Amino acid sequence: MTQINSFNELEELRQRIVSERNPDAPCITVCAGTGCLASGSRDVIAAFDREIEARGLEVELGFRATGCHGFCEKGPIVIIDPEEICYLQVTPDDVPEIIEKTIKGTEVIERLLYVDQNTGEKAVHESDIPFYKHQERMVFGANRRIDPRSFEDYLAIGGYQALVKALFEMTPEKVVSEVKDANLRGRGGGGFPAGVKWEIARNAPGKTKYVVVNCDEGDPGAYMDRSLMEGNPYRVLEGLTIGAYAIGSNEGYVYIRQEYPLALENLTAAIEDAKKRGLLGRNILGSGFDFQVKVHRGAGAFVCGEETALLISLEGEVGEPRPRPPYPAIQGLWGKPTIINNVETWANVPLIINGGAAAFAAIGTEGSKGTKIFSLVGKIANTGLVEVPMGISLRDVIYKIGGGIPGGKKFKAVQTGGPSGGCIPEERLDLEVDFDELTKAGSMMGSGGMIVMDEETCMVDVARYFIDFLTDESCGKCVPCREGLRQMHRILTKITEGRGEESDIEILEELAETAREASLCALGKTAPNPFLSTFRYFREEYEAHIKEKKCPALSCRKLVSYYIEPEKCKACLICLKECPAGAIDGAKKTIHIIDQEKCDACGICFEVCPSRFEAVTKISGEPVPPPIPEDQRTVIRKSKQQ
Amino acid sequence: MSEIRMQIDGNEVQTKEGMTVLEAARGAGIPIPTLCHHDELQPFGGCRLCIVEVEADGGKNIIASCVHQAEDGLVINTRSDKIDRIRKSILELLLAHAPESPPLQELAVEYGADKNKFEQEASFCIHCGLCVRYCAEIKKKHAVGFIDRGIRKEISFLPEIAPAECNDCKECFPLCPTSYLQAAFVLVESLAFPRGKATRA
Repeated sequence: MTQINSFNELEELRQRIVSERNPDAPCITVCAGTGCLASGSRDVIAAFDREIEARGLEVELGFRATGCHGFCEKGPIVIIDPEEICYLQVTPDDVPEIIEKTIKGTEVIERLLYVDQNTGEKAVHESDIPFYKHQERMVFGANRRIDPRSFEDYLAIGGYQALVKALFEMTPEKVVSEVKDANLRGRGGGGFPAGVKWEIARNAPGKTKYVVVNCDEGDPGAYMDRSLMEGNPYRVLEGLTIGAYAIGSNEGYVYIRQEYPLALENLTAAIEDAKKRGLLGRNILGSGFDFQVKVHRGAGAFVCGEETALLISLEGEVGEPRPRPPYPAIQGLWGKPTIINNVETWANVPLIINGGAAAFAAIGTEGSKGTKIFSLVGKIANTGLVEVPMGISLRDVIYKIGGGIPGGKKFKAVQTGGPSGGCIPEERLDLEVDFDELTKAGSMMGSGGMIVMDEETCMVDVARYFIDFLTDESCGKCVPCREGLRQMHRILTKITEGRGEESDIEILEELAETAREASLCALGKTAPNPFLSTFRYFREEYEAHIKEKKCPALSCRKLVSYYIEPEKCKACLICLKECPAGAIDGAKKTIHIIDQEKCDACGICFEVCPSRFEAVTKISGEPVPPPIPEDQRTVIRKSKQQ
Repeated sequence: MSEIRMQIDGNEVQTKEGMTVLEAARGAGIPIPTLCHHDELQPFGGCRLCIVEVEADGGKNIIASCVHQAEDGLVINTRSDKIDRIRKSILELLLAHAPESPPLQELAVEYGADKNKFEQEASFCIHCGLCVRYCAEIKKKHAVGFIDRGIRKEISFLPEIAPAECNDCKECFPLCPTSYLQAAFVLVESLAFPRGKATRA
């Protein structure tokens, strides 16, 4: 591997790579993102390797293991180019057949195609699948076209064009103004305009400046930064290098979560590779610009995703936020001007430089431009990562892309913005997803988590769950967050256990105000949101828990009783055998009864009761009917009666 | 250093660049309550009792005066219904830990805080960090530190350092508003000090 010394050499290399590749030749792509790896894509890749070797197809058939494609629900995903035939949930056993029928022949294997649950229609191509059809994958889409370890692949799809343009055609000031004009807002949570931050750092006095990638993604259920870093590390590095050039920095850091081994591996490989090729280090492409990148692994604290805590942790101290101002753009890492942006924000930068601010700003809403990647999880048919233009309605994300709620259940709420985001109810589903609208609805964009909840989800318990998470992750430095969350968690637990009092709501509101107004950092200031937003939209559920000791979603264990309806029970013994508490009394031909004293409401009887009987019911907020008298407990089968 | 003019509670206050809002106010004789502030230590911003309102763009922002730099033209209110309400709430949260702490009791009277609002907590440390920071910043010994995080966070003397440093110092003792520090010291003394070196029999 030789060092690339000028942009001409880079272009020549690109031309050579592209000319050596036949775009019409068949190529198999297997997703090797974390989701697909978990559903077995490593074995699928091995099966393809074996099959290709056995048949001697190495030359004529392209093969590539890529980063995440997004449709994690249906992994492992296999795509066959150039037709873009998309096979889902592929197993190693399917591999010989794919090679035989689809590669050697022209036959599409029907059983591996996407089937629309509603219409029964099959989709052959990736772009026909509703999950992909309504997305706009400007940032994430490249994942599927490259091997994350292949510099050649990245070059072939136009990689490093933006860096060349920035270094040789633009002044640093012009780069800053381009990002500013594009109104790229931070994708990590705050939504602060990246260009403004860059301008402040550029103008801040001092020779030493730093750029930092925040890859300390910690929201439960969110994995877009992980998938970008795993699937396209060169792009993040390209964006970072452009940012460094823009503010006049020669040193960058990537702060990456300890729990992301694959992202770390791919990133480290990309850095080493870029160094050898002269895209990092001294005199990049002969431009005279020097830039090096170091990787720092986080130690598992959620609060280190907060920028000031991250920087302090990077300096080797305990990761606790410090007050702002001064903002990092003026006084950041080791007191020097520092820009810190999230992975997705950096990955957007090459797009802006290549296409120009105007093209970027043409997508989105008044205040939020471009696209946003969301991780769509929870009670949703199509779990996965989706990239949509700002301004799309929540309804479209959940129903058109997400495929709605599985199991015929009713939608209840969608929680956006991570643990300190908020829950948005049905009546607000038409809101246009962007930074400002989500905030107005009492939630936030956050880093892009979307957790869908159905009618069986208790909103008080959801608030308790997220407050519990935040209590655990609070750094403990300031009183409103540490002590306020401790008490909020205690009160919410009390309410879900049926011990709530009417005065609790007032105390919760008081603690919420204290945390929101007086906490030191954004974690504490937004920590009451899970309570505030569920209380705003689902007040009646709080009241039912407190006043009627009733959980309307029949979810809170301490407020739910199980009861066997005597007229439906067929004395099949299943629940009796499965009950771990030994709370069910009965025998063959003897109607089963739950001893409410012994029952600890685990719900196993409800789950195991055969659907043709449905004899077990959940009851909340009302007394359990008394057990039927002993002399009426014999099951009389209708057939025998006749 | 240039002169800075601000308005605090309607009074014209002059201070110098580099001073905090808290220092400017106290310099002018305007009281602001604090628990984690110490003139010789770096501002911490932990107890949040020193919050004040800053008038800006027609609205009011709440800031912690101990860490906020004084700026020319700031208009500040140290008391308002909202500030008092939040201070009361902070005090009640801390009183659950240290109901008998004299500085807390004094403030509780002023702000009408109820010491029985929340269930009594086991630990009576209020995490002001005065001991930890004094030992680190002034004594440069790091014999007492914070361990764990969030609601599990505690102060603890370090068994590796305390036996060598603490017996002749104990300058942190009078800083503690709750005497939890002394309890923590007794603990490390009985567990980690060499026999005969302990001050107590």
